[in-house]
Amino acid sequence: MSRDLYDLIGLVAAICFILALKGLSHPKTARRGNLIGAAGATIATLVVFFYGDQLPLKNLPLILGAIVVGLVIGVPAARKVQLTQMPQLVALFNGVGGGAAALVAIVEYLKLGEEAAEKAGAIGAAVLIATIFTVVVGTTSFTGSIVTFLKLQELMTTRPVIFPGGRFVIAGNLVAILVCSGWVYSAADTTSVMVLMGLSALFGILFVLPVGGADVPIVISLLNAFTGLTVAASGYVLEATLLIVAGTLVGASGTILTRLMAEAMGRSLFGTLFGAFTATATAAGTADTRPVKSGSAEDVAILLNYARRVVIVPGFGLAVAQAQHTVRELADLLTAKGIDVAYGIHPVAGRMPGHMNVLLAEANVPYDQLVEMDEINPTFPQTDVSIVIGANDVVNPAAKTTPGCPIYGMPILDVQQSGNIIFLKRSMRPGFAGIENELLYDPKTTLLFGDAKASLTKVVSALKSL
Amino acid sequence: MSSGLALISIFVLAVFVGFEVVSKVSSTLHTPLMSGANAIHGVILVGAIIVASHSDNTLQLTLSLLAIVLATINMVGGFVVTDRMLEMFKVKKKPASSDTSGEVK
Repeated sequence: MSRDLYDLIGLVAAICFILALKGLSHPKTARRGNLIGAAGATIATLVVFFYGDQLPLKNLPLILGAIVVGLVIGVPAARKVQLTQMPQLVALFNGVGGGAAALVAIVEYLKLGEEAAEKAGAIGAAVLIATIFTVVVGTTSFTGSIVTFLKLQELMTTRPVIFPGGRFVIAGNLVAILVCSGWVYSAADTTSVMVLMGLSALFGILFVLPVGGADVPIVISLLNAFTGLTVAASGYVLEATLLIVAGTLVGASGTILTRLMAEAMGRSLFGTLFGAFTATATAAGTADTRPVKSGSAEDVAILLNYARRVVIVPGFGLAVAQAQHTVRELADLLTAKGIDVAYGIHPVAGRMPGHMNVLLAEANVPYDQLVEMDEINPTFPQTDVSIVIGANDVVNPAAKTTPGCPIYGMPILDVQQSGNIIFLKRSMRPGFAGIENELLYDPKTTLLFGDAKASLTKVVSALKSL
Repeated sequence: MSSGLALISIFVLAVFVGFEVVSKVSSTLHTPLMSGANAIHGVILVGAIIVASHSDNTLQLTLSLLAIVLATINMVGGFVVTDRMLEMFKVKKKPASSDTSGEVK
């Protein structure tokens, strides 16, 4: 295959990627966009096998074997994952992508070192800088993504992890990375690049640890953009135009997306990333012994039965309990009684923007009952009962009233304006962001403790017998 | 134009395309869009295959084969998981049967 043909096919793949991102930005074209992207990636991968000085490619069986291993791990993981666990899977996929980019850069660096030694020539400065960039950012993205995975999977605390002198450790780490980069730049040997990799891995961990649970999606998006840029830098080193285009597209669109997400949550990007360092002790975590009003499933059923309008506010707890089908049953029952039912969907309900829509669609909740925050908020004063199911932070008035608390400034669903509020909760434990919710102590609030699915089932049967 | 400069030109132009393409996205699509973009950078697989086919010692080969495995997971897994997220848009929006569901009475 001639270089021209190879580049031409690369151009086709690049156009596919642009169309993919464009398609993914609109609900109607999103699915097709994703398929176009997959087609582009397939074309790009196939064509490498037919271009080179030596055909078939050297190490071909091993290369194909490695691809098969990747398929065997990746496809079942993506197909079988629970919809609730999707965000952490995306984080993992992003991490391994960053890791791959870093490995490619290291191999290329080792090879360049050998060639330079043989020919007694120097490696181009731009190439070296791009390589160092890829190793540092790729490895950071890898370990950072692993930490976000652990947080979302709740294998470690979801709260910001802050330790005394943390900012000095991070600053020291950054200086060490810079110094080591200089070493890699001048030495061109294996040891230096391995040390650089280790330092970058540490940086990825230190960078994500102080980020609070609710902000994790923003960080994943940012790391995603980082990985894109490392792919672009690898493309520069390998002189592969397609990698530059694809990587840069992801880097640029990922940066915009990160900003959009931060805006949807009412956070500044800077505050998200460095808030934990600048903020002093927050008011969070004050153990409260004030009385709360808890009720039985029958109490809840009666409240609902005499309501004219009910708004259901689903949260991550609903998804965890797999209660989306039961909640639809409840909604159908209420509708049959002539009660007006709507779902109020917070932009970041669940663990990521749009996550809750995916989960409810799975339970065949009619799409037109899902009402976005800006539309539902003005209707709360006319709402008789709001049922908050496994949600907490997205209805927490502290976001409006308590400056300095971690979610301050985040837009919330104004359930406190409705006639009655019912909270279905497992316990008094605060939400993902770890902040106490004043609304739980409100006289209008009734709490129904227990697993969301079990509670809903009881409410449904109580409602039927009324 | 030197080849290095040509590559940098491509980079700069791609930055603008990337900014432009996703300027307005509803929050419902943030997660699928991130996931789709995530799958696209799995194209580092191409780079991994190139370095693997040029590797001539065990260390380089091992590292580049590992890179291929990781990149394949990123790319293929990414597109599959994005498709699953987007299944919701397959569900046809039923024409609301002229009653006032979802409206305030």
